Order: sequence, then C-alpha cells, then structure tokens
Amino acid sequence: MWQLLRIELFKIFKRPRTYISFAAIGAIVALILLAFYADGTNYMAFGMQSLTQSFDIQGKVLNGYLICFIILQTLLIHVPLLIALVAGDQIAGEANMGTLRLLITKPVSRTKLLLAKFFSSTIYTILLLCWMALLSLVVSILIFGTGDLMILKSEEVVILEKADVLWRYFAAFGFAAIAMTTVAALSFLLSVFAENSIGPIVTTMSIIIVFTILTTMDIPIFNAIKPFLFTTHMIGWKGFFDAPVQWEPVLQSAGILLFHIIAFLVATILIFRKKDILS
Amino acid sequence: MQPLIEVNKLVKKFDTLVAVENLSFSVYQGDVYGFLGQNGAGKSTTLRMLLSLILPSSGSIRLFGEELTPNHKSILNRVGAVIERPDLYKYLTAIENLRIFARMSGVRPSHRLLMDQLEMVGLAERANSKVATYSQGMKQRLGIAVALVHNPDLVILDEPTNGLDPQGIADMRNLILRLSREFQKTVVVSSHLLTEIEQIATRMIILDKGKKMMEGSVADYFQPASNKVHLGVTNPEKAIELLKKEPWGLQVELSREELIVSLASHQVPALNRYLVEQGVEIQSIRSVNSLEAYFLSLTSGNQHVAAFTN
Repeated sequence: MWQLLRIELFKIFKRPRTYISFAAIGAIVALILLAFYADGTNYMAFGMQSLTQSFDIQGKVLNGYLICFIILQTLLIHVPLLIALVAGDQIAGEANMGTLRLLITKPVSRTKLLLAKFFSSTIYTILLLCWMALLSLVVSILIFGTGDLMILKSEEVVILEKADVLWRYFAAFGFAAIAMTTVAALSFLLSVFAENSIGPIVTTMSIIIVFTILTTMDIPIFNAIKPFLFTTHMIGWKGFFDAPVQWEPVLQSAGILLFHIIAFLVATILIFRKKDILS
Repeated sequence: MQPLIEVNKLVKKFDTLVAVENLSFSVYQGDVYGFLGQNGAGKSTTLRMLLSLILPSSGSIRLFGEELTPNHKSILNRVGAVIERPDLYKYLTAIENLRIFARMSGVRPSHRLLMDQLEMVGLAERANSKVATYSQGMKQRLGIAVALVHNPDLVILDEPTNGLDPQGIADMRNLILRLSREFQKTVVVSSHLLTEIEQIATRMIILDKGKKMMEGSVADYFQPASNKVHLGVTNPEKAIELLKKEPWGLQVELSREELIVSLASHQVPALNRYLVEQGVEIQSIRSVNSLEAYFLSLTSGNQHVAAFTN
C-alpha cells in the first residue's frame, strides 16, 4: 500500500498541471496582499465607516490576521476547482491516457489501487492548503504584522485578542482540509464514471455551485434540505472565529463532512470493483 | 500436460450484446497461441477477461491451474500484458515508466536490470527521453518491456502490430519469436491478420462473432504444398487446356474469370513461365494458402477477405 501511495504521489507531482494549482493560489494571494499593501487603509476606512461613527477604534485593524481571514473567504470559490483538477483526473485521466488497463493488469487489488489514489489526492489537497496557509498567514504577518482580529459579521462585531488568534487559524485550516477532501472524494467518485477528466471536474464544480446557491438562498422550501448539503458544512471553519467558539455546530459539520468522504469513497470502491475496463 | 490457460464455457454479455459465447479453449506451456478473428470477433474481450479487466458473465477461467477470480493477484504476478495500444505515462521517461510498473508488480529491479530490459527492446539509448517523444513503434516496444519487467511466465499481447510500419511489424514478430524461443515464455497473441498469426503461432483459435470456429495446431491447417493459385489470363480456354495436359496435369476450376489450381508455392514461377511461352498472357497471379482458404470458409463472406488477407 505504501509503495502504491508513493507511486501515485510520484505521478501527481511529475505532472506539470499539478503545479498550476500552486501557482494559481500563489497568484491570488499575491494579488490580495498587493492590493491591501497599496490601498488597504482606504479600503478599511470605507468598510468600517458605520462603526467609526459610533465607536472609537484604536490599534492596528489592518494586520496579517485580518488579511488571512479575507483570503480564507475565497476558499470556497477557487480551491474546489483546483482540487477537482487532480482528484477528477485520478481514474478518468488514467482511462483517457489508456494507462488504466495497464494498472489493472498488475497484481494489485482494485481496492488498494483506489485507496492509494484517494490518499494521494488527499495529500495533494493538504499540501495545497499548507501552501495557502503559508502564503496567506505567514507572508501576511511578515508584511502587515499581527494585532487583534476584528471580524464584521452581519449582526455583530467579533474582536479576538492577538494572543487568541493563531490557534484558530490552525483549526480553521484543519477544518478546510476536511472540507476540501470532501470535494476531492466527490470528484474521485465521479471520476469512475468518466473516460476523460473534464467530465468529473465540470460536474464537481456544477454540484458545488448549485448546492452553494441553494445554501445561500433564504427560501423556506430550500431550508429543509440545507442541513443535508455538504456545501452548507464546508463553511464550518468560520465557527472557529466566534467568541467563544460554538463547538457543537463546528464538530457536527466536521462529522457530516467526514461521513460524506467515507460514503463517497465506499461508493467509489464498490462501483470500481465491478467495473469492466473497456478504455 | 496441464494447460497453462483453461477456459471453459466463457460468456460475456454487454446488455443484450453477446460479445463472447460459450467459449472454451486451452493454452499449454511453450505455446505461441494465436487469437484470430476480424474486428469485433471477441478477441480483445476474451483477453481482457483473462486479465481481470472485464468480469465474465458466466463460465470459468483457470490460469496456472488456479481459478482466476479469487486468485487474480497471485496469477497476474506471473502474467505480462499489452492490451491494444501500449499507452504509458507520456510525461515520464521510459525508465521511469518501467520502474513504476516493476514496483507495481512487486519487484524492485536495479537500474542495470531496467536498462537491460530496454536494451532487449532496442530502447536503451532513449531510456531518459519522455514517452511523449516516442513513435508508435517505440511505444509498442516499451509496452513489451513493461509487460516483461517482472519476468512473467505468460505474455498476452493484444494486436501488438496495430499501427506499426512494415519494419515495426517485422521487429515485433521477431521479438515475439524470441520471447518464445530464447526466453521460453508462453505467448498469447491476437491479430485480425492471418499472415501475422501463421508466421508466429504454434497453435491458434479462430473466433467469429464471439464464437469459436476452430482451435488447433497451425501446422495442421497450414500446408504450403497445397496452395490455391488464382490466375487471371487473357485466354482462359487455352490456358485450361494447357494446364490439364502434361507436364502439369492439373485440376482447373474457373471462378469469376479466374483459373484456380492447386500448386506448391515453389512451382508458381515455372507455371507462369510456361503459360507465357505458350502464348497465354498473365494478368494476375495470387496464392491463397490452405489456412487462408480454410479460414475464409469458416468466416465466409467477401467482407472478411480484405480484413484477413490484408
């Protein structure tokens, strides 16, 4: 199993397309940092206009922690696509290249092969998030320094003390890893049905977009299904930035996402074990 | 002798389409076993079932004396295969591809051994080139190296000459013969070209529409001494008269303005010379060997002729 995992990782990191994701995240983070460096003060003044009329705000509000929070908000927009780019290619891409039939003729069980492919996708997902964390948190702190984190929510303002912030980011990135692994597992499942990777990538993104629209629309008929949509729980990382943290909904969301990962993976294995390889 | 491959009443259905129907055959150690049939005859489906790529609808497959389905891991450890195009990872080099598939087969060959493998298929000089830069023939040979990297006892090659130029076809033929003679491998090879199979196979099976039409020794069906020679001539009546007389004394059939006589291949030039000397102009001569004639009789129909005789 370890040997198979090493082979799968070798294949992933030998492909140029893998590094597109790292470059894309680098570019997005760099653009956000540049924008805040050039015009962050004005942006903050505009954003806090209503607050400054009633309160006297002192200290450095525009700091590395706040910028990292803003960058994390973009997570749901572009990272799933970058995850699907690799996870959706795991089986469908092999079928498209014609290498799947060669893999299956080797003395390796299909279940082990799938697990190696899934875990390699998970490792890729975690590395991508580590890269994002490194750029958005470490580089932001290096440029803008640290300070208390002030978050404007729809009905309240949360202020977290400087010393109480860092662990929340580690927890949030940990949660994001679970959320993005759910995307990887979905894309991986869809990959079994396709013979080129475009299908699973587009389908994964379509599902996420449709579910996200349903999640954000405040219409009674959709409210009943929202708790069952995994996209509802993908933003559970925001719970770490409440004061105090409401552990129950955060853990519940993490549990539901883990359930989805296991369900997608089991379905993939069951389908693939019976699949005729005709590519 | 116990067969290396023993297939019994194998059936594969894709929804309503029966791709393989009640197929039974045996392959013995040392055989170069040819699978012959036109496109869609069920060759690839059968070979894929031997490799666990496709699950049979019913019937049994035994390899090395063991049932395939529950023992496929230990069985596939002794099998090397190239199914249709030998597609490999184009973004990796030849040696990287070879190393990956060796490790998947549970072996960790040294760099030297991998180079020896590439040397055998004539690719040592391009070991560090990306497969994307390879020609079809080179990919085909690399596919064979990948199939052999874990030193299997049985090699299965599905249409290994597809897409190759004449030199590539000759190289592949020689490589298959070397595998059998020099390395004592049992080889199963499929083709839709009769000429390919008759040049390399010791035993063969002919499939048509998923059914076995015959199975047996190639030598039993291929008798060079009894070629059918088809002659196109300007004056058939005179030619028939000449051929029936001494020194030839041949039985002559007339079919579609062609004369058909049974004649050994080496006698064809002399016959040609004789007819010309007697004032009969030859428009065409073609030989159809006994295996081909037998094959055509099994698969009957002109649409098959082009595919099989190429």
